[in-house]
Amino acid sequence: MTEPSLAVIGAGPAGLAATLAAATRGIRVTLLDSAAEAGGQFYRQPAPGLGARRPQALHHQWRTWERLRDGLRAHVQAGTVRHMTDHHVWFVERRGTDGFAVHALVGPEQEQPAEVRATAVLLATGGYEKVLPFPGWTLPGVVTAGGAQAMLKGGLVLPGRTAVVAGTGPLLLPVATGLAAAGATVAALVESADPKSFARRSRALAGQPGKVAEGARYTGQLLRHRVRTLLHHTVVAAHGAERLEAVTIAALDRDGRVRQDTRRRLVCDTLAVSHGMLPHTDLADALGCRVDGTDVSVDDEQRTDVPGVWAAGETTGIGGSALSLAEGHIAGRSIAARLAGRAPDPGEWAAAARTRDGLRAFFAAVDSVYAPPAHWAEQVTDGTVVCRCEEVSAGAVREAVHELGAGDLRTVKLLTRAGMGWCQGRVCGSGVAGVAGCAETAGRRPFARPVPLGVLARAGETEEQ
Amino acid sequence: MVGAACALYAARAGLDVIVVDRGPVAGGTTGAGEGNLLVSDKEPGPELELALLSGRLWTELAEEIGDAVEYEHKGGVVVASTSDGLEALETFATGQRAAGVEAVRVDAGRLRELEPHLAPGLAGGVLYPQDAQVMPTLAAAHLLRASGARLFTGAAVTEVLRGADGAVRGVRTGRGEIHAPHVVNAAGTWGGELAALAGVSLPVLPRRGFVLVTEPLPRRVHHKVYAADYVADVASDSAALQTSPVVEGTAAGPVLIGATRERVGFDRSLSLPALRALAKGATRLFPFLERVRAMRTYFGFRPYMPDHLPAIGPDARVPGLFHACGHEGAGIGLSTGTGQLIAQVLTGHAPELGLAPFRPDRFPASASTASTSDSEEAS
Repeated sequence: MTEPSLAVIGAGPAGLAATLAAATRGIRVTLLDSAAEAGGQFYRQPAPGLGARRPQALHHQWRTWERLRDGLRAHVQAGTVRHMTDHHVWFVERRGTDGFAVHALVGPEQEQPAEVRATAVLLATGGYEKVLPFPGWTLPGVVTAGGAQAMLKGGLVLPGRTAVVAGTGPLLLPVATGLAAAGATVAALVESADPKSFARRSRALAGQPGKVAEGARYTGQLLRHRVRTLLHHTVVAAHGAERLEAVTIAALDRDGRVRQDTRRRLVCDTLAVSHGMLPHTDLADALGCRVDGTDVSVDDEQRTDVPGVWAAGETTGIGGSALSLAEGHIAGRSIAARLAGRAPDPGEWAAAARTRDGLRAFFAAVDSVYAPPAHWAEQVTDGTVVCRCEEVSAGAVREAVHELGAGDLRTVKLLTRAGMGWCQGRVCGSGVAGVAGCAETAGRRPFARPVPLGVLARAGETEEQ
Repeated sequence: MVGAACALYAARAGLDVIVVDRGPVAGGTTGAGEGNLLVSDKEPGPELELALLSGRLWTELAEEIGDAVEYEHKGGVVVASTSDGLEALETFATGQRAAGVEAVRVDAGRLRELEPHLAPGLAGGVLYPQDAQVMPTLAAAHLLRASGARLFTGAAVTEVLRGADGAVRGVRTGRGEIHAPHVVNAAGTWGGELAALAGVSLPVLPRRGFVLVTEPLPRRVHHKVYAADYVADVASDSAALQTSPVVEGTAAGPVLIGATRERVGFDRSLSLPALRALAKGATRLFPFLERVRAMRTYFGFRPYMPDHLPAIGPDARVPGLFHACGHEGAGIGLSTGTGQLIAQVLTGHAPELGLAPFRPDRFPASASTASTSDSEEAS
């Protein structure tokens, strides 16, 4: 390999920030992303054919996005960055002294292989939504909160007319206000977090004035749209014959159990639900990078423990776009220095490092506040399907634990098939672990995406095209 | 799996059984297996005799718990691409028939009836109706449940307890001591470590294997199908049977493709060349698989012995110690026969197969230092 090069996987805030930081410092960068446009989940763009006049109405931090977008455009025009859209990366291969081969699928059916060689790799693969099961959660009309938001941002369509937004986490606020602003009636925002825990963590939470202002702005919007916010409440069940017609909600007691006397029904045709986010760690895990709990482990320079592999953004721990930008920036500068054969001076990125440290502390506090009810799994009836791909019921999972000796997620999977289907446990992993009463671990998914056997049969065999 | 079968047959022979595992049920190689119950790949000899005994016992068990363990008596088809290859296959099958294996020669036309999606132009093959399949994790869990044995999971054995006379008197685990006059080592790939705790050497080595799993499909592969051709290499001192991956449909829908064989120690990193070899072999046999997606892959470490035969029976060096490990890639299939033989010798009966070829102390003590670093190309 003549000239050092970098492959960045993921064109969200972290991947874009790293791409610009490294390319500005003379590194040849290939940016791969599965979407047609850069931006990731956070800066998701409406499809151009829809002719959106004011997409910024759905986004905040529009100025930051414009800066990233224009920077990328300039580098692509200058030939310093290759931006490969619609590239679905399924595996990153270590090739010894040859560096890395990034294997992707392209084409309308994602059946054609594409391969990119690089001396270094940055994993900026983001995160995905965690949703816990409850009776009725598989009814049409029940969507993830992020899915509802993606529909608004990307397709400019409303998922329904009367919505309930439920679960836990900071994502519920923008989803509720976004739906209301787009014309939906939001019957309630049902958040399981206990207001007392906000008070307990008030110092850490107030340490980020920007975040407090953001929260206040959403609260103002909720009031303006007359959205009822029910704290320390949960959705007990969703009801409907063919599709969602209503939900039952209830207040929680001090131990996080449902208070049966507070159950009531809300009529709605959409339930947007989310219980937080989980990092995408598949590529990192298959590369052999250390994963702590659910997060890819990195050092102060955003390096993983595998030489030549950096990681930034949600994949190293959920923390939102500002944290992703800071981590991406640091990673890009570290990579530029390391690939030039010198140790970087952390003083160069002192401001980004301060932002990163502050936001990590803030989100650690957020994590401790926004938690699903401690005993949520008790609400999951035996007949509730917990793994939708393989149609495995909660009863089958419980039988595997109590009758067949399973004590961990992997054995539950092998005995019940929960997590073996299309989603490979991404959707159901947390739910199955909770119902089984065992620890949630980052699942091993050697292929980040399903790969045609014909592509696999030839992967990595030839020199770069 | 072997431990679960030992527990079942020992309990049915009237013994009080406790099963100890450092992990969960099927946490070792069993959970990473395909569940092959094969006679087709075995040449006449002690392993084939054990496979035939095991097959009969699996058939009996299937009447009790067949559905629960996804037992499928699907049969195996071994195909040959050339007429020379077919003749070699037929010669191999002739030897097997004499040992009691059902093996039906099929011509190219019949082959297409058996497996309509096979690649065109194959010379023919041999059908082995006795080949069958179970889901290994379910099998281990249900055999354990049927045994009624007490189960201690998450309890690693840290010591084999021995009396003043040298005989075993139980084991110490992370969860306390368990006293018993007999200890059966069914620790699979880690059987050598357990033997060492009892002060004896047993050269069990890991041999890594990857399995590919496709997206769920309507049934298009009906048997266990693999290609075999003798290497007619006159320079080779033993004519080794070279096989391609076993391709098979499952009741749940996915096609399983397995497995590679590599001696790379306990290396847990993913090997793209190994997976490439599996995908190549499978798509060569079944061209429609080209566009079918691999959903996932998993790997395990087969327990292999230098002479490719398991260790089954009492250890003459330590009274009360029995071994039932080292079955390489055939442990699921051979587990029932192994469990039956162990139960027979535990209760003082004559085993229905001679145990001499499986004697645990048949290796010189130095054999355990055999190299683990040499690697083989994936089969």
